[in-house]
Amino acid sequence: MGDQDVIYKVDALVAQDIDAYLDQHQHKTMLRFITCGSVDDGKSTLIGRLLYDSKMIFEDQLAALESDSKKSGTQGQEIDFALLVDGLAAEREQGITIDVAYRFFATEKRKFIVADTPGHEQYTRNMVTGASTADLAVILIDARKGVLTQTRRHSYLAHLIGIRHMVLAVNKMDLVGYDQSVYDAIVADYATFARSIGIESFVPMPISGFKGDNITGPSANTPWYTGPSLIQHLETVEVDAVADQTKPFRLPIQWVNRPNLDFRGFSGLIASGTVRPGDAVRVLPSGKTSTVSRIVTMDGDLDLAVAGQSITLCLTDEVDCSRGDVLAPADAPPQVADQFETTIVWMADEALTPGRAYWLKLGTQMVSATVQAPKYAVNVNTMEHLACKTLELNAIGVAEVITDRPVVFEPYTANHTLGGFILIDKITNATVAAGMLHFSLRRAQNVHWQALDISREAHAALKNQRPAVLWFTGLSGSGKSTIANLVEKKLHALGRHTFLLDGDNIRHGLNKDLGFTEADRIENIRRVGEVAKLMADAGLIVLSAFISPFRAEREMVRALLPEGEFLEVFIDTPLEVAESRDVKGLYKKARSGELKNFTGIDSPYEAPENPEIHVSTVKETPEDAAERIVDYVLSRAK
Amino acid sequence: MNSKNLTHLERLEAEAIHIMREVVAECQNPVMLYSVGKDSAVMLHLARKAFYPSPPPFPLLHVDTTWKFKAMYEMRDRMAKTSGMELLVHRNPEAEARGINPFDHGPLHTDMWKTEGLKQALTKWNFDAAFGGARRDEEKSRAKERILSFRTASHGWDPKNQRPELWNLYNARKNKGESIRVFPISNWTELDIWQYIHLNDIPIVPLYFADERPTVVRDGMLLMVDDERFPLQPDEVPVMRSVRFRTLGCYPLTGAVESTAKTLPEVIQETLLTTTSERQGRAIDKDSGGAGMEVKKQQGYF
Ligand SMILES: Nc1nc2c(ncn2[C@@H]2O[C@H](COP(=O)(O)OP(=O)(O)OP(=O)(O)O)[C@@H](O)[C@H]2O)c(=O)[nH]1
Ligand SMILES: [Mg+2]
Repeated sequence: MGDQDVIYKVDALVAQDIDAYLDQHQHKTMLRFITCGSVDDGKSTLIGRLLYDSKMIFEDQLAALESDSKKSGTQGQEIDFALLVDGLAAEREQGITIDVAYRFFATEKRKFIVADTPGHEQYTRNMVTGASTADLAVILIDARKGVLTQTRRHSYLAHLIGIRHMVLAVNKMDLVGYDQSVYDAIVADYATFARSIGIESFVPMPISGFKGDNITGPSANTPWYTGPSLIQHLETVEVDAVADQTKPFRLPIQWVNRPNLDFRGFSGLIASGTVRPGDAVRVLPSGKTSTVSRIVTMDGDLDLAVAGQSITLCLTDEVDCSRGDVLAPADAPPQVADQFETTIVWMADEALTPGRAYWLKLGTQMVSATVQAPKYAVNVNTMEHLACKTLELNAIGVAEVITDRPVVFEPYTANHTLGGFILIDKITNATVAAGMLHFSLRRAQNVHWQALDISREAHAALKNQRPAVLWFTGLSGSGKSTIANLVEKKLHALGRHTFLLDGDNIRHGLNKDLGFTEADRIENIRRVGEVAKLMADAGLIVLSAFISPFRAEREMVRALLPEGEFLEVFIDTPLEVAESRDVKGLYKKARSGELKNFTGIDSPYEAPENPEIHVSTVKETPEDAAERIVDYVLSRAK
Repeated sequence: MNSKNLTHLERLEAEAIHIMREVVAECQNPVMLYSVGKDSAVMLHLARKAFYPSPPPFPLLHVDTTWKFKAMYEMRDRMAKTSGMELLVHRNPEAEARGINPFDHGPLHTDMWKTEGLKQALTKWNFDAAFGGARRDEEKSRAKERILSFRTASHGWDPKNQRPELWNLYNARKNKGESIRVFPISNWTELDIWQYIHLNDIPIVPLYFADERPTVVRDGMLLMVDDERFPLQPDEVPVMRSVRFRTLGCYPLTGAVESTAKTLPEVIQETLLTTTSERQGRAIDKDSGGAGMEVKKQQGYF
């Protein structure tokens, strides 16, 4: 480290003419990039080195780094640059990166935001997080090891996410004696792989992040290399900052601004294109048209706004437009559909459950969606398509997605904002997947709902009741059917219009094609839920008595119904009690292994967290419980 | 002309505004932490831009320690008035009753007034989202944090298990009792903040500019004697020095730097030429070894 005394040196301009410096700084372009690649290839070290060489490290930080390096560094007495970046205690202890770190530095020409991503497969989701906002990826390879599985996985992911600029940094050249033949062999090997996944070009360079070779300038150790140093390349690579502006105008509406009756503005970040007052626009998905009257900002109205700006627009007409809608040119609107082919990167420990409802967020649209069983998963080593039933943590696959209402979208390759989505678990609220839409499988425009003249309100009014779905859930033999029957009898006697859907009668008819695997149980409940919803639309009070063991499916049915019409009734009977009753002799069979996937024995039951009605059958008689449920149903406001 | 090159500050501004609007659209009861410093000043300005012509649809929350600089209290009250936003002030009643102060109680001062005080305030008003002005360039565990940072019902942060955050799609969903901390200026650097203040003429506390102020030197830190509560040692006499502050917090814990910079460009110039980091003037990071901030954040510190 020859230049430790020159720790933080900025342009002479700062000292001479600060105003000129600020002006120059203000007009620097910005490049966002990531470092990625396999474990221990030297990603964090490289970034630490970049920060150090671009004089972003202050004296106090350097002093801390020197003492940290001695304490927990991986380079003996020498400075371990990775410690500048690996900021979590667990990372420093283990000498690995767990989560992505965002760091900042600037040169005379550019400002950089760099995301250092973890190499460990376990933390792939954090690499994807970093990659999603990057313009360029630096893929590192340990010169001693060559192209590894994680090199391929990260390259594939970076390409999939749409990063167009790739640098192949063959690192740790110091450990192979700066041998050109080692370098050439790795570059050739990588080129073959890159071509196979559709990466059109990449810029290779031999470096040592640790020693500083070819980082800021040419290295004397690699006279055979004539290409640019890493910084030179990062400073000059062309990123087409206005490319998004040449595409058609798209504004996903985030928020409607309504300070008073005279002002109604539509706020959002322009995803692509440009807009001016006077432009004819269309609101999607409704298709209504209007004209832009103003582009409002606190610093005065604008006569032009472009992709990347956060704006507030006013329209000339009082058209219906709210969060989730998309404004587009009247003559070039995006598509609307509810069924898509997608690529999904699964990011949760719990595998994808095909058929289960997840929240899907795309732009500012949030809809309920299900993922079908994947068509295939991708083997990141061979790019082979593998047959699969689900996607496990870090798997990448292609699957159909069906949304419960039409979504305004564009293919991901055309527009990242209207083509990229995340899936959210409805119970834990965790982000479980990232996805990219390719195309719609069926245009929603073509599925017209029959305009119904007799509304659900009309159906209910004629019956003089408020519809409801009383959803009884509980273990086998807990008493669901018994209590549901009692409730129906009482309601009937009171002149209410009811219908009871029971596990057994449905499985003999509508659902006789379904078994008891997890997927079939989900489909069973989905169908029952849809039937219950139609009956509630017809004005009925529906009683359903199904074990319905999974919370997510019960919540899916709840979401089908208007607020306050889904009433979850938890028939709470401890397993020992239900098992000792064993009315149908099923527990005995399950215990002996004759019956598989039996709830409570070898298949889980997820108890409701906040049921509308909670019945403990060891504390309350069926008669009392039924009475209480009837009261609850009838006392709801009309 | 039908296209326009956005500068990096324009991009950062658009990103911050987008984040604020997303959170307002998806959360029930957001609040903006307002600490009166320069980052808070930028945050407030961005919020006003995001929702203009409406006032920002959330209140400001000041978690007070009673030990801030006088000039900060003046600034706080003035900004609340001009922004038309409601200002909520919370002081940890237990810390107040026990007279917790930075001179006698060391790290307990920050724990009780700031960490506990913040948790109390968020719980008391049932806020499910809190905007903060932390930046990733400030400190190495912050460099690791998401823009929407999820907190458990007890306000804990689990750095090893953060939600993936892709593109500009933010997941603001949470269960009852859980909350999120939101950092719209995560990607700004100290220089970006100064430059933005300069370009937008944003009012900041005069303490950021050099002036003659009464100071003493303690443990290598230059401290300002802001009021009579400062217990002077027998041999200590406050000396008038031309100083300014790079960050603002509790006055007995905030180191000043000697300076003559009276204008923003001069301050920026000094900032760029300096060789120590911004947080060096603060005692908090040095508290429990290298992982000081991470541990504090896990306990609920902002
Ligand atoms: N000799 C030599 N060692 C290096 C070089 N780059 C990194 N190392 C060492 O390789 C080890 C791993 O470096 P890191 O920077 O932590 O690797 P990483 O890719 O960030 O690892 P993960 O983030 O955990 O995947 C450390 O001991 C580094 O000091 C290099 O160019 N030459
Ligand atoms: Mg690393």
